[in-house]
Amino acid sequence: MADVLDARGYSCPIPVVMVQKEVAANSPATLDVLVDARVAVENITRFAESRGYKVSFKEEGPDYRVTLNR
Amino acid sequence: MARKINPWVIAAGAVVGIAAVLLTAFGNPANMGFCIACFLRDIAGATKLHTAAVVQYVRPEIIGLVLGSCIMSLATKEWKARAGSSPAVRFLLGMIVMIGALVFLGCPLRMVIRMGGGDLNAFVGLAGFFVGILIGIFFLRKGFSLKRTYEATKSEGFALSGVMIALLVLLIAVPSIFVFSESGPGSKHAPLILSLAVALAVGALAQKSRLCMVGGMRDAVMFRDFNLLLGFVTIFVFVLLGNVILGRFTGFSTYLQPIAHASQLWNLLGMVLVGWGSVLLGGCPLRQLILAGEGNGDSAVTVLGMIVGAAFAHNWGLAGSAASLADGVYKAGGIGTNGKVAVFVGLAVLLIVSVWNIAKKKESKVK
Repeated sequence: MADVLDARGYSCPIPVVMVQKEVAANSPATLDVLVDARVAVENITRFAESRGYKVSFKEEGPDYRVTLNR
Repeated sequence: MARKINPWVIAAGAVVGIAAVLLTAFGNPANMGFCIACFLRDIAGATKLHTAAVVQYVRPEIIGLVLGSCIMSLATKEWKARAGSSPAVRFLLGMIVMIGALVFLGCPLRMVIRMGGGDLNAFVGLAGFFVGILIGIFFLRKGFSLKRTYEATKSEGFALSGVMIALLVLLIAVPSIFVFSESGPGSKHAPLILSLAVALAVGALAQKSRLCMVGGMRDAVMFRDFNLLLGFVTIFVFVLLGNVILGRFTGFSTYLQPIAHASQLWNLLGMVLVGWGSVLLGGCPLRQLILAGEGNGDSAVTVLGMIVGAAFAHNWGLAGSAASLADGVYKAGGIGTNGKVAVFVGLAVLLIVSVWNIAKKKESKVK
């Protein structure tokens, strides 16, 4: 089970900052991020792909679960 | 690793650039095809929130931008009513960003349009804007946040769009309740239907592309993500090309630029306010309009704050006055004492808001 970062409700760029801090601190192999806006999905995807992660996402009710893997 | 470029950003940048030149050719003030700060200020004037006679008009561009975003986000199912992220602080930040923009004489979008028009004063503004963004980034990295939003009722999400529809209906049905400038920038405008149509298209594209003047530099510095910056550069290039093609470009200069002044310290500091405040808000004034259209109640409050800020800017004489040449007499324009004080008050408020909202502990920790 991947760690989960809850970035729901935070406006851009805070969700990306949260992912950036987590990646810098722990460099997790997998990470799930919960967000509630498509723009956050896009921003996290662009950032995570630039750091070598494979990124996928799925809708969960009104939210999105973005999954980072490497 | 290379990042994918979002073609929508380039498309939006190109359309904004062309639209800005086009609207100016059809009557909007020079180097002001689009200016969110100026146009909100004109609406504040038209509704008599301030009485500066030269800047009063109900700008259909503002109405179109909000509704264009609303329609596009409804069509792509991105529309979502949300609110609750420090609305009162956002209102204040909106006021401060507006006052900074009116000291400089333009929002970040008009700054780029002025740059493309050959106004070197706007490059000084750009330097200030960048400094402001860097200060904002410093606090973001320290953990600054205005806390999260929550799902809201549909009425919250449609509030500003509703106000815009009401403005449009009143503008068409009973224009006599508004005041319209008879001279000055407020008297210069493209035909209503053209302004509205162009702004609807730009609003839709800006929503789709996430175009944001502050986001470009912020993401480039913070994440080495140049996606949004590309939109910024595209607008500049298209405005410059458009001006050259229409024969309006007369070279780069600081002297007697349209609706601008050459008080460089205040051009710089005004845009420091705008850059810093916009980073704290999470987007430039244009982006706030677009987010409000998407159902974001906090951005709607920010827009209302900007309108009130514009009213104060003119009621208290905080706004910059443009350089002018009348009957051979050159007036430098610039900023009065009130405006200078307001800039420093604004900087102080931004500092307090920035420091006060740094999260003590990592609340967003992995759980």
